[in-house]
Amino acid sequence: MKTPLALAISAAALTLTAAAMADEPRSGGTVNTIIQPEPPGLVLGMVQNAPTRTVAGNIYEGLLRYTTELEPVPQLAESWEVSEDGHTYTFHLRENVTWHDGEPFTADDVVFSADVFHRELNPSARAVLQHVESIEATDDHTVVFTLTEPFGPFLISFEAGTFTMVPKHLYEDTDFRNNEHNDHPIGTGPFKFANWERGTVIELVRNDDYYEEGMPYLDGVNWHIIPDGGSRAVAFENGTIDVLPSGTVENFDIPRLSAMDNVCMTEEGHEYFSPFAMLWMNNREGPTADKRFRQAVMYAMDREFARDVLWNGLGDVPLSAFGSNARFQHDGLEPYDHNPDRARELLEEMGYDGEAITILPLPYGETWTRWAEAVQQNLREVGINVSTQATDVGGWNQRLGDWDYDLAFTYLFQYGDPALGISRTYLSDNIAKGSPWNNVQGYENERVDELFNAAATAFPDEEREALYREVQEILHEDVPVGWLMELGFPTLYRCDVQDLVTSGVGVNDGFKDAWLDR
Amino acid sequence: MLYARLIVMRLCKAVIVLFLIVIFNFFLIQMAPGDPAAILAGEAGATDQEFLDQLRERFGLDQPLYVQLWRYVSGIAMLDFGYSYRLGAPVFDLIMARLPATLLLTGTAFVLSLVLGIVAGSMAAARVKKPSGSLIMALALLFYATPLFWVALMSVVVFSVYLGWLPAYGLYTVGAGHTGFALVLDVARHLILPATTLALFFMAIYTRMTRTSMLDAAQQDYVKTARAKGLKPGIIQRRHILRNALLPIITLAGLQAGQMVGGAILTETVFAWPGIGRLMFEALQQRDYNLLLGIFFFSAALVIVFNIITDLVYRLADPRIKGGS
Repeated sequence: MKTPLALAISAAALTLTAAAMADEPRSGGTVNTIIQPEPPGLVLGMVQNAPTRTVAGNIYEGLLRYTTELEPVPQLAESWEVSEDGHTYTFHLRENVTWHDGEPFTADDVVFSADVFHRELNPSARAVLQHVESIEATDDHTVVFTLTEPFGPFLISFEAGTFTMVPKHLYEDTDFRNNEHNDHPIGTGPFKFANWERGTVIELVRNDDYYEEGMPYLDGVNWHIIPDGGSRAVAFENGTIDVLPSGTVENFDIPRLSAMDNVCMTEEGHEYFSPFAMLWMNNREGPTADKRFRQAVMYAMDREFARDVLWNGLGDVPLSAFGSNARFQHDGLEPYDHNPDRARELLEEMGYDGEAITILPLPYGETWTRWAEAVQQNLREVGINVSTQATDVGGWNQRLGDWDYDLAFTYLFQYGDPALGISRTYLSDNIAKGSPWNNVQGYENERVDELFNAAATAFPDEEREALYREVQEILHEDVPVGWLMELGFPTLYRCDVQDLVTSGVGVNDGFKDAWLDR
Repeated sequence: MLYARLIVMRLCKAVIVLFLIVIFNFFLIQMAPGDPAAILAGEAGATDQEFLDQLRERFGLDQPLYVQLWRYVSGIAMLDFGYSYRLGAPVFDLIMARLPATLLLTGTAFVLSLVLGIVAGSMAAARVKKPSGSLIMALALLFYATPLFWVALMSVVVFSVYLGWLPAYGLYTVGAGHTGFALVLDVARHLILPATTLALFFMAIYTRMTRTSMLDAAQQDYVKTARAKGLKPGIIQRRHILRNALLPIITLAGLQAGQMVGGAILTETVFAWPGIGRLMFEALQQRDYNLLLGIFFFSAALVIVFNIITDLVYRLADPRIKGGS
């Protein structure tokens, strides 16, 4: 006789089988989704904006793709080998891949994309390529990257949005930025560019010659362009839109929309980016130049409140300067809890005299404005004389680029590895006016520089881990910036859109696997 | 002949005015914080100095201001409006691509508000002490006082979300593949909400103005004469009162017409209408100077053209206005 547990298990197995049968992907149908804001162009590598990545990640591909655990899986490269000393990476390419114009995709395209195209145009790829000594095609379907030294995050750098493969036969020896094909991007991906009605819609259609048999399942994807957040919510509500990628509606609309019938929500698909919200604190002048003041700010802020009220409970309060998806996170640090008394003590200890300071909210919508108000109130409670200043995107860029601020909200992508997404905020040689994304706060610490630089090229991972632990301890003490939250960016979709988020970059390459259960 | 001389003179003045506007706009934009290269780089989320320098060089932002000004003005003289930094396309093409949608929206709203406003105003003037006249004026006051964005949002909530009668946004149904007459119908359905929203405010103004100036004209001696000679009230209303009351309405219509290119930012944004207003707003946020200056130029040119047309229409409506002055 079967025990109740065994019965339960076999019942579960039956359900699973039934589900698996129902879950056989079916071809056909078009998905309507949103792109916000309208991208400036669709040629990845030339344009790196989030909306460009979101649309063009379905047109173009990289050598590798990444799971939601950020494990590399084959894309254009079928397999790869790393030499024992970590100096040489050999990629074996798929042999049956063609560009959307019918030309075959070969190792020459890889060499051209990496060595010529990205070196010239793409700052994110350049940061990786500075570790690469040579790129060679040893035959039509094999490419060898030789590094000047081991580089820990090398294998995570091949995501389509960062390291896109572009067609050599269309771009070689042309002025890349004025190339006539920019208006009609040609990739290897599951969807082909069909039409861009400026201000209205970008239409992609199925690539019938895609190298994976039977894929993609969808006939096409329409990216609607709707500039007003309220109108986007309405379009989803009335059924015109099937998928709302993260960040396309205001947070206060999310509980209402996700409570609708046949609406599902996922937080997956941002592991590669893991947007990390921070508070820049000017380390150069004013009270924020004092470490104790910055610690006081950390203790004064109620970050759980912000997450629960402003972000619908999605996201995580960070344990360290390293986010949970960026590898090597130190989980043994004493957290900066909400502790106004400790904050007041620190302020008294440093002799804070009530000097007025300002906060710049991020001009990206209502949630950020409200968050700045919440932080302002937190800081006032411990006696910091603070007020918020509103700007638009241009003003915000300039204020940060000119270091003309006390506290400022921002968020940064982590790109799966501290050497790609995190060290840039703290390295002293990354202090330069004119950019809001470098070491804007002006933090200089020789030991931190040494550790970050050593860790980027240390080999194997155990060595990197030790270096990164030490650097996190120093940063945790120094508080060069305030660590606010690892943001939870939910994607809302009709539940009959299946297998929508299958990778660590979410809908940016997700329509490859998606299908409609209608 | 008189008209021809008037037009030539006004066009000469217009060229000078436009030139001054171009210079003024150029410096106005320089005063805005933030530069386009930094914003483009900022949007990309990652940048290095090389990237910024490349962008500045491409846009000519590495040149001294007077060189930039000279390049821009000499370009305009050849009707070359330059390239949009962000969209990487000629400004002229971008504006032309968006112009039809905007003109369709603002033109419809213009005709709608003018016709309905004058009709409602005349009715209110004829029913000056009756409840129906008061009702018209109360509605006009309501539309006059209600913010446009609120009307827009509420009309979406009522007619698209609750009743489901009309589409909530866009110029046409994406993916429906309509052609020919079906497409015209589809666009017309999409046009109803934004055009009505945009028309309401001006309609209210026309209504109030028509009524006031008609009541004013009704007090004049020639109206008494007309009544005394036994003309029918309807004819007096149309020929003697309305025609004389039209001048202030023409002035206002000229103003509204001048705003047709750039005056629908809010409506276009809420209804995702792919027009110039949205293009301008996005260009402003992106500090896309060339594009913004191009749109300013077109808007200014249109205002000037409609001023000239208004002057001509004055003369048609009231033959007492004469000459080229």
